[in-house]
Amino acid sequence: MIRSEILKEIAPILSDQLVVCNIGIPSQELHAIDDQPTNFYMLGTMGLASSIGLGLALAQPKQVVVIDGDGSVLTNLGTLPTIGNNAPNNYILMIIDNGSYGSTGDQPTYTGKKTDLAGLARAAGCDHVVEAQDIDTGPALQAALGADHPTVLVVKCDSGNAKMPVITMDPVIIRDRFMKAVAK
Amino acid sequence: MNLDKRIVDDFVANDISFVTTVPCKQLAGVIEEVEARDDIFHIPSNKEDEGMGLCAGAFMGGKRPAIIMQNTAIGVTINTLATLTQYYRMPLPMLISYRGELREPVACQVEMAVHTKALLAQLNIPTFHFHWQKDVEELDNILKYTFMCNKPVAILTDANFWGGYGDQ
Repeated sequence: MIRSEILKEIAPILSDQLVVCNIGIPSQELHAIDDQPTNFYMLGTMGLASSIGLGLALAQPKQVVVIDGDGSVLTNLGTLPTIGNNAPNNYILMIIDNGSYGSTGDQPTYTGKKTDLAGLARAAGCDHVVEAQDIDTGPALQAALGADHPTVLVVKCDSGNAKMPVITMDPVIIRDRFMKAVAK
Repeated sequence: MNLDKRIVDDFVANDISFVTTVPCKQLAGVIEEVEARDDIFHIPSNKEDEGMGLCAGAFMGGKRPAIIMQNTAIGVTINTLATLTQYYRMPLPMLISYRGELREPVACQVEMAVHTKALLAQLNIPTFHFHWQKDVEELDNILKYTFMCNKPVAILTDANFWGGYGDQ
């Protein structure tokens, strides 16, 4: 499976959750598959989805699901110790690890080679790290949503992107409707 | 005057309850004060752009955030300031130690000091420079201004403001 197939499959699970979605094609895919006011789309700033989601989870009690990528987490590796030491129970970091920088032309990342993101997360102090294959994403995400602890879920899948339109929504509108959904 | 306490009192009076920090020798006291307050959740960051991400999330979750960092961080965070904090119109008070100014003992700090105000000006970030201890009296107004206009705002605090480095 590629990322867009996973997103299609878990869209019904995500639809009533607060979702912070990674920059580039992941946000374009989620936006095209199931746009919701509860989705915060990153239009820039590679690497910060996990940090934005952590700040959000710490600031309010609703469940937060971050959809991140292997390339983005590698860009902001310092996030893992911060998550390991501070993440509250309402925080799920789902890293869709396809071993490539999808939005820039599928150049390989180091997670497709020797680097193990789940191992990095554990070493950084994340106590609940789950590794899943693409076809098991739905049940793994459901289990994380039902857990009373934060989860880092690393989903291994194939490299590749669906052809989706660029998000043209104004960033202030994305932010405003998301904040209203958070406060609801 | 206890500057550390005064600054954090102003944070609390302006309802700032989520503070992230990347340390600096000059800021050690204010970071300690932030950590000690029950009204503030203090989360250290490993890098300043990570901290700005945390602050963006906290703001969307209903908290008023702030970041405490060195001026070298302006070099690190330009993309984040432009494409996250400014693009989504989020408020962010940035309490910054302005290394490399008068009374600085470390020459390399001057290399980023000479770019700091130019970079902030290029980004159209409202910038205030605290050089004398009495300048802290502006902080309350600066914080109100920041949350009024939903912009990142820089408060540069130099070595003279903090009382220098003693005999160094």
